Amino acid sequence: MTFRTPTGGTIDRNTLLHFTFNGRKLTGHPGDTLASALLANGVHEVGSSVKLGRPRGIVAAGSEDPTSLVQVEEPFPEPMLLATTVELFDGLVARGLAGQGRLAPEPDPARYDAKHEHCDVLVVGAGPAGLAAALTAARSGARVVLVDEQNQAGGALLGVDEYLDDRPSAAWVADVLAELRSTAGVLVLERTTAFGMYQDGFVLALQKRTDHLGFAAPAGVARQRVWRIRTRQIVLATGAHERPVVFAGNDRPGIMLASSARTFLHRYGVLPGSRAVVFTTNDSAYCAAIDLAESGVDVPMIVDARPEAPARLATECAARGIEVRAGHVVIGTEGAGRVTDAHVAPLDGVAGHCDTVVCDTVLVSGGWNPVVNLFSQARGKLRYDAELGAFVPGEELETVRVAGSATGELDLTACVRQGRNAGASAAISAGFTPRGQMPLPVSDSRCTSRSGLVLWRVPGDDDASFVDLQRDATVADVLRATGAGLRSLEHIKRYTTIGTAHDQGKTSGMIAAGIVAEALGVELADQRPTTFRPPYTAVSFAALAGRDRGELHDPVRVTAIHPWHVAHGALFEDVGQWKRPWYYPQAGEDLHTAVLRECKATRESVGMMDGSTLGKIDVQGRDAGKFLDMLYTNMMSTLKVGRIRYGVMCGVDGMVIDDGTVIRVGEERYLVTTTTGNAAKILDWMEEWLQTEWPHLDVHCTSVTEHWATIPLVGPKSRDVLAAVAPDLDVSNEAFEFMTWHDTHVAGVPARVCRISFSGELAYEINVTAWHGLAVWEALMAAGEQYGITPYGTETMHVLRAEKGYPIIGQETDATVTPQDLGMSWAVSKKKPDFIGKRSFARAENNRTDRKQLVGLLPVDPSVLLPEGSQIVETDRLPEPPVRMLGHVTSSYPSAALGRTFALALVRSGHERIGETLYVPVEDSLVPVTVTESVLYDKEGARRDG
Amino acid sequence: MTSPAQPPGAHLPEHPDFLWENPEPKASYDVVIVGGGGHGLATAYYLAKVHGITNVAVLEKGWLAGGNMARNTTIIRSNYLWDESSGIYEHSLKLWEGLEEDLGYPILFDQRGVLNLAHSLQDVRDSVRRVNANRLNGIDAEWVDPAGVKEICPIVNVSPDVRYPVLGATYQPRAGIAKHDYVAWGYARAAHAMGVDLIQNCEVTGLETAGGRITAVQTSRGRIAAGKVALCAAGHSSVLAKMAGIRLPLASHPLQALVSELLEPVHPTVVMSNAVHVYVSQAHKGELVMGAGIDSYNGYGQRGSFHIIEQQMSAALELFPVFARAHLLRTWAGIVDVSPDASPIVGLTPVGGLYLNCGWGTGGFKATPGVGDCFAHTIAHDKPHPFNEPFTLERFTTGALVDEHGAAAVAH
Amino acid sequence: MQLIPCPWCGPREEAEFHYGGQAHVAYPEDPSALTDEEWAQYVFFRENPSGPFAERWSHSAGCRRWFNAVRDTRSHDLLAVYRAGEPMPEVLS
Repeated sequence: MTFRTPTGGTIDRNTLLHFTFNGRKLTGHPGDTLASALLANGVHEVGSSVKLGRPRGIVAAGSEDPTSLVQVEEPFPEPMLLATTVELFDGLVARGLAGQGRLAPEPDPARYDAKHEHCDVLVVGAGPAGLAAALTAARSGARVVLVDEQNQAGGALLGVDEYLDDRPSAAWVADVLAELRSTAGVLVLERTTAFGMYQDGFVLALQKRTDHLGFAAPAGVARQRVWRIRTRQIVLATGAHERPVVFAGNDRPGIMLASSARTFLHRYGVLPGSRAVVFTTNDSAYCAAIDLAESGVDVPMIVDARPEAPARLATECAARGIEVRAGHVVIGTEGAGRVTDAHVAPLDGVAGHCDTVVCDTVLVSGGWNPVVNLFSQARGKLRYDAELGAFVPGEELETVRVAGSATGELDLTACVRQGRNAGASAAISAGFTPRGQMPLPVSDSRCTSRSGLVLWRVPGDDDASFVDLQRDATVADVLRATGAGLRSLEHIKRYTTIGTAHDQGKTSGMIAAGIVAEALGVELADQRPTTFRPPYTAVSFAALAGRDRGELHDPVRVTAIHPWHVAHGALFEDVGQWKRPWYYPQAGEDLHTAVLRECKATRESVGMMDGSTLGKIDVQGRDAGKFLDMLYTNMMSTLKVGRIRYGVMCGVDGMVIDDGTVIRVGEERYLVTTTTGNAAKILDWMEEWLQTEWPHLDVHCTSVTEHWATIPLVGPKSRDVLAAVAPDLDVSNEAFEFMTWHDTHVAGVPARVCRISFSGELAYEINVTAWHGLAVWEALMAAGEQYGITPYGTETMHVLRAEKGYPIIGQETDATVTPQDLGMSWAVSKKKPDFIGKRSFARAENNRTDRKQLVGLLPVDPSVLLPEGSQIVETDRLPEPPVRMLGHVTSSYPSAALGRTFALALVRSGHERIGETLYVPVEDSLVPVTVTESVLYDKEGARRDG
Repeated sequence: MTSPAQPPGAHLPEHPDFLWENPEPKASYDVVIVGGGGHGLATAYYLAKVHGITNVAVLEKGWLAGGNMARNTTIIRSNYLWDESSGIYEHSLKLWEGLEEDLGYPILFDQRGVLNLAHSLQDVRDSVRRVNANRLNGIDAEWVDPAGVKEICPIVNVSPDVRYPVLGATYQPRAGIAKHDYVAWGYARAAHAMGVDLIQNCEVTGLETAGGRITAVQTSRGRIAAGKVALCAAGHSSVLAKMAGIRLPLASHPLQALVSELLEPVHPTVVMSNAVHVYVSQAHKGELVMGAGIDSYNGYGQRGSFHIIEQQMSAALELFPVFARAHLLRTWAGIVDVSPDASPIVGLTPVGGLYLNCGWGTGGFKATPGVGDCFAHTIAHDKPHPFNEPFTLERFTTGALVDEHGAAAVAH
Repeated sequence: MQLIPCPWCGPREEAEFHYGGQAHVAYPEDPSALTDEEWAQYVFFRENPSGPFAERWSHSAGCRRWFNAVRDTRSHDLLAVYRAGEPMPEVLS
């Protein structure tokens, strides 16, 4: 049987859409929602409730619906959508839910994006008030954005068949919309829900761009878009939601809000059932009753809780054979699934008197709740309106105006007037002059009076009187909460879970507050409503992530030489945002064998690596030396032009934060290098000190990290290789001393070559512009071929430096390590009166003799490799926990040069323990190790000069 | 209609029929606890239960446990790096393990384990270091490789092709989650039953001292004399301590969290990634509960910036592609009091009879039973409990910090 | 997301800025003359008021200048911004 009316609505009756719901094949039309199509097919039972498993139907026609939760399964699974907000398309497959949705295991193929929009006036809601506001602001010349969650403008007018100025209201809407669309600087966004209000006119809105197209959605178009709107002024014309009345058995499918039934009729051409009892506390439901009766629904009775029915409307009802029972309420319903009977009795509880009315539909209206969510998010104060029985905006905000039924105003002409005024004053505040005032339309509506009775619930079986239909929370639950001693609405909400479900209490929140106030005997005016939190309606994670996913999640930084590394099979390590070659395995090699080969080749002949990721900061100015003296623990101002010094930086707490070389380029110019991961941080650190503490210093810092390609050329044959590609350069030890630099040409391009070494070997660091990096790298490879030049990655670099006891910041240090702990007292100036961190060295904790200090560890069995991160203990047997730990292994490698394994470690009183045997728990055994100095290879430094 | 034999929400327990009364404040108490959050309520409970001190008031400026207690993501674990931290957090975890019985309240404590993911080689080293330290401290901990991560939590994307691949994780099986409100209410109910006065809507506006000792608190509901005063005010600690002339090294920051709609079970454990700022579990009813990163600025507004949530979403989808079409239902913010070393400050103050418990940053919830017990001991004996002895205010002068910032397991 | 009025660039999105904590905490003239307590105050202790707070911001993704602002930490509203070195303006809280 169909419940589709023969005519009417905005659906396209000429086109049939096929869809599947709970396994049933059904049809609908373009313009339907899943909910309207289900109702047209007579389907009221959509899902079941989360706690009690009771059947759940469709209560409202829009996003405030608490119950019609469905899982879309095709075209792509999406959980927990409301049937009332899913636009129907051909091929849709969906099912009703029992309170929980299902995430698809397969990846979501859809694309999502975000767009920024700036405007003078943002209007939220394209109902009568919003349209008037938008048009008024637009005529003033302001840039206007109008957003509305529906697929067409009109708001509440979509759900009625009323006339404005003697024309169907749709014509009025169409006229306004046409003018808006033809006005420059106006953007109208349908299917767009403003879901969050933030400071300074920042509003987030979600636009559903292709969902309604289903399988026909074009590829490459973002399915959903987050609009980040920055506006000067905001007009909230967000409307009002009809509020139910709670009564026993009010959760059965077929029980629906009266205005929603009217919307299903007029917008979708769908009848909610065959025989409807209407239960109301105000006039508006009379229109629903009359409209349905005129459309062929049997409406036996209007149950009006007010002592007297409105005379004119009652007469109209009588003319249509609708009995009006004033002073009566619905006290219960029957029905195994859908409602089959309503029990009607006097509100004043005349004992025993009760009529049972057979019906398949109960339409309910308990009045209206203005939608104040966004106003409240904007931190606007709310006020309780006792006549309305709802919270309304209670103050004016500087940039936010509220218009229409969102203020509690229910008369259409008045709503339009409010919208017009709000649009005008918003435009004025944004600096525009309103022009061409739009006339106020005259409505033929009969049912918009405010004269309602505020009734939260009908006394009855509290356990069967549902306040939150999605959470199965009843009046009994509310009374248990107050009985348990709870007074705050927030507590009661948490105790009962009312308002925490998918709908966030859109229909239940106000009623719960009312019932609580009644139970506690307090005034609602003295109560603070629970906080409205963003988002207004649920937003998919993917929409918020937008395009910041996969490769775009965080930029990948690569060096100029990167393509060569890829081509030569390097594996990469993430260091900060950089991809650095980790090692270059040859056929059959694992990490250890590859690294042993790379180390051996480098120590015995020549190797090279891509060091371009090292941070490089150009420090210039008259006071550059003075400045660096404050930042580094050692002295930089005394460094001579042409020379290089290694330096350590500490935080004010005296803990090591970074290290690197400092090159004196000129009298007033240094080039500072930082670790790869800290480059940006150190530049920020320098800028902070310069600008906030020492603005009098003449110093300027510039990041030049990506200007240079940097290639350390390392090993006893490095001099020969360099000589072959740098004919202008005298590479002899005498002419090119350790810790000096020269500008020259390498492979025919200008280069700066530094004689520094992070391996203890003879080494040169070749710097060229990034543009030439790859060519120079290849030239060096070619020149080194006869020596078996070997590219190596970060792992080999780590082994080579560890053999020499050089720490890696972040590996040997963890923000609790001082230069002294690292055995680097030599790098801490005794001459300088001050530098950052110096004062902290004098604190009690820094002077303890049992601080953790950097040492070497040699496993007694030279083939045992200690896992990095192992802890170190004193005894060869483990006592019961907690076990006293002396420190941990920071680095550990097999060493080609040493012919054994070794490790670096931070050990309590480590410097005093040299020669001691300690123990490292590895799985179930204790590995004995000998504590040594941290320098294990070439202690005399004989290899440095080649 | 797909209706399972038992609806998904049917198994959840009910609250007791009675929780607490709402008394008028008395003129004086032996101990006044300022702050009716988890820590304040737990402290009151242990004061009464362990030390027999029941002439106690807990003053709460809003509604009980309505601050960070109501806003956190309820992760419970004890796998901290440093001995001092693991001491107090493990003490806490042990109390958690018996808490439901102790309080006679269903707190939904669920030891589903926590994975702390490692995304870089240094993360791996730091993680292994922490696992080894945990084990020697008697804390259950293991290192699991990417395949192991997948086995424990099948929806984690362990593909090497993602921007920051998962290189492994530490796993603490005894870690888990609990229902925050139930925990607070369990403590409140039990404390009330032993005679503690729980006073809501009572804001402390001043602290009175005489001769270097605390004597009373001034409140929005009048003056209340006190033998001892204990501050448990989290984000508001600086403001309160200042009333007694005490300056704290704290910064109060917004910390945001969010929740999805109810979903069928997909996420059996707790996953944390400090590197990409993802902290996620699936609560008992089925909603995904996620913590975001801290907003950078000081703020008491209980709100943060939405771009932090957006970053959180994109990071979450990197790790959990299946979350793409889950929906954000609600976001909120708390105020966390962050100390320079990311460790708490718990103990005596220069003012006699005034005790301090603050600086928990993002770690306060999991510490609730442990610090409640230790803080009660500190108050009762006027002397720190061994577990909170390292967490003095003086450590910032001596330099004896407990720097959990430097450790991979920092925060949450 | 707030707008922060950079005194050099004008109002810009909050995400362009980096926070720097309390303003007007000068590096001590002579740290070595301080007691451990005084030094600790400088290193670790900052004001943390609920209300107007003079603090430092850097327009790190813009002009990269540090500047000062008075912001109400309850509402997060910026009450004043001023360039480094300028005196703190009077603001009404």
